[in-house]
Amino acid sequence: MTLILDFILRLGLWLLLAPLLPGVINKVKAWVAGRRGPPVLQLYYDLARLWRKGVVLSTLASPGFIVGPAVAWVALMGAAMLVPLGTAGAALSFRGDVLLLIYLLALARFCTAWAAMETGSAFEGMGAAREVSYAVLAEAAIVAAVLSLSVQTGSVSLATMLSPSAGAGAVLLAAGLFTVLLAENCRVPFDDPNTHLELTMIHEVMVLDHSGPPLAVILHGASVKLLLFSVFLTEAVLPMGDLTPSGAAGALAAGVLTVTVSVGLVESLLARFAFRRVPLLLTTAFLLCLFALLVAWKGGVV
Amino acid sequence: MSASTPFALFANATSLPWAEVPAWPVAELVHKTGRELNRGARLCAWFGLPEGDRTCLVAVLAFDADNTLAVGRSTPFIGTYPALTLLNPQAHLFEREVWEQHGLTPAGHPWLKPVRRTAGDAPANGEFFRVDGREIHEVAVGPVHAGIIEPGHFRFQCAGEEVLHLEIALGYQHRGVETALAGGPHRATMSQMETVAGDTTIAHATAHATILESLAGAEAPLRAQWLRAMALELERLANHTGDMGALANDVAFLPTSAACGKIRGDFLNLTALICGNRFGRGLVRPGGCRHDLEPARATQLLGRLKTALADTEQALAWLWDAASVRTRFENVGVVFPAQAAEIGLVGPAARACGLVRDVRYDHPAGWHRFAQAPVAVWPGGDVFARARVRSLEIQRAGQYLGEQLAAPADGELHSEIAPPAPDTFAVALVEGWRGEVCHVALTDTAGRFRRYKIVDPSFHNWTGLALALRGTAISDFPICNKSFNLSYCGFDL
Repeated sequence: MTLILDFILRLGLWLLLAPLLPGVINKVKAWVAGRRGPPVLQLYYDLARLWRKGVVLSTLASPGFIVGPAVAWVALMGAAMLVPLGTAGAALSFRGDVLLLIYLLALARFCTAWAAMETGSAFEGMGAAREVSYAVLAEAAIVAAVLSLSVQTGSVSLATMLSPSAGAGAVLLAAGLFTVLLAENCRVPFDDPNTHLELTMIHEVMVLDHSGPPLAVILHGASVKLLLFSVFLTEAVLPMGDLTPSGAAGALAAGVLTVTVSVGLVESLLARFAFRRVPLLLTTAFLLCLFALLVAWKGGVV
Repeated sequence: MSASTPFALFANATSLPWAEVPAWPVAELVHKTGRELNRGARLCAWFGLPEGDRTCLVAVLAFDADNTLAVGRSTPFIGTYPALTLLNPQAHLFEREVWEQHGLTPAGHPWLKPVRRTAGDAPANGEFFRVDGREIHEVAVGPVHAGIIEPGHFRFQCAGEEVLHLEIALGYQHRGVETALAGGPHRATMSQMETVAGDTTIAHATAHATILESLAGAEAPLRAQWLRAMALELERLANHTGDMGALANDVAFLPTSAACGKIRGDFLNLTALICGNRFGRGLVRPGGCRHDLEPARATQLLGRLKTALADTEQALAWLWDAASVRTRFENVGVVFPAQAAEIGLVGPAARACGLVRDVRYDHPAGWHRFAQAPVAVWPGGDVFARARVRSLEIQRAGQYLGEQLAAPADGELHSEIAPPAPDTFAVALVEGWRGEVCHVALTDTAGRFRRYKIVDPSFHNWTGLALALRGTAISDFPICNKSFNLSYCGFDL
């Protein structure tokens, strides 16, 4: 009984807190530009509005157009359930759950790209192509990061892997994961979430034809993904296991807020990269994670 | 070189009797025009003039190096003529326009399709050049765009992210501006001229007022010419600043994007300080200007101008200091100088290819005969160069305004001018912020407009945008487009 209650509580926490992050990022950007900016809770209002709206369906689209976003959202929420929160552990934890996490993220991406191509629009085809080609490089970096944590702790379970600090390679790992976070969540310098120019979009262009509740689900899923990466990054770097439960919760919240504000600052002060330069940056992120792996592997020997 | 030309020579903002314009059979006109164009002349206008059921073609050329314009025409004819485009590509849009308006077919024209209308159908439904191949995909953008911009259709032929060919189909904003002018000037004409392209109000209004003044054999008082030049530079400042902000926005560079949007408003408000309208409507009238700039307001203008210029300098410094922005601008959307000369680019787009081409300098009229700003040129032809030229022009326009506001011309602001002389031909070129605004007028025996031709700089430059996209990534289209920032309504008329 308590197990189910615990599960529902966590689900509610992820559901409700995730849309806060884009609001914070936008506030930071507005602050740098000297504007008042949209309210922090704007995404909640948007989601409520979209949920009440009808859906416009292309006559060409198969049911995959609706199923894609739904499956992607469930996959992302499932991935979120695998991530431990501070000392409280994860809702689901078993040996090798980190592999499931990676696969769930990939499944979510596959479903979004699939739904994007349903309408046969040239824009969305381009967006899907861009999304998956960058994902190849971003995934390499994630796998390297996970390996380094795994070697560090000798475990393949997230709860154990994320409990200590990442050790000597923490800075490398943080830099690598932060870059991956920006790429995976389509932030500047990889993508511009605020742009209205369909030809330059990556993530946004994939959802151009979605409307109403499916769009709300996509937007909410994106915010969950952002929260998931922020939590993962914070816990990988900070020694969560050594803190008291309340201290760990505080450190986690502070860490996530720092990551979010950093994303806002990067977006305020950096121009977006040209597409052809993106692989270079993602490869750099991969190398950072790879060096973190080397430090974790051989670091203790010296 | 212009000394040996068979064309009738005259200066910008002057008129000459229609009888003095030499007429040749059309093949000879095409041949002579082609020869002049290949010797370095520029095609300012090429249009048809109905005479009964026949049409004669008129060519207006500019010899920039000699500060001279030239005009020639064909004898009236009907049907087909040898295409000028085959001799010089500057003419290709002009010939399509003549074909659309008068039904004269340029034989051998490589891409003969309407410029603005497609047999009652939308321009996007016309025929487009297609690239064949299994890897080629076609992307159609517009006429409804995601931003708050004008309607136009863009058809890309892409291999992956690379654009092989871009074709631009305009005409959605066609309002019949030239038709409305026939038999004019009417009461509404001046207001219509101010809205040919709303962001180029001063330039188009000045060109039209200059036409009426030269047709009357008169000139506006010096003080009015001075005030028009001030308003023209303010228009340039506002639009260039807005463009720099838009360029920053398109590469997601927040600081400059946020600042320039606000500063553009400051410059527009300076125009409003002169005449009560942010776009300068109601300022320029044939014979002079309608609102004076008294010393007290001139001082206020100068003070506010200095603040706005300092803000712009800061905002642009952020942009140019950011390496991430520079790498985005460099080597993107390149138009080679040879291409630019071949298709007859004008304005900042041409100057960004290293071409020294500025009406204020080449064909000075009005106040620019007495005071000129240095021409801003930058080599490269890429987005970086176009942004750089804009940036330089902001500095120079600011400096020019500062100097000229301190030394105003005295005297009357407005003088009554005579009605237009009959059977007279006049041309007025004004360097608007986008480039050369060209107005051409011919009066009938009663002194009313028999033909009035407007060539907005966008008419020359849209081809430049299409060329800039070749071999460029399709995701770079927005910054290429912004770096030209051409007018849809100025093209569509």
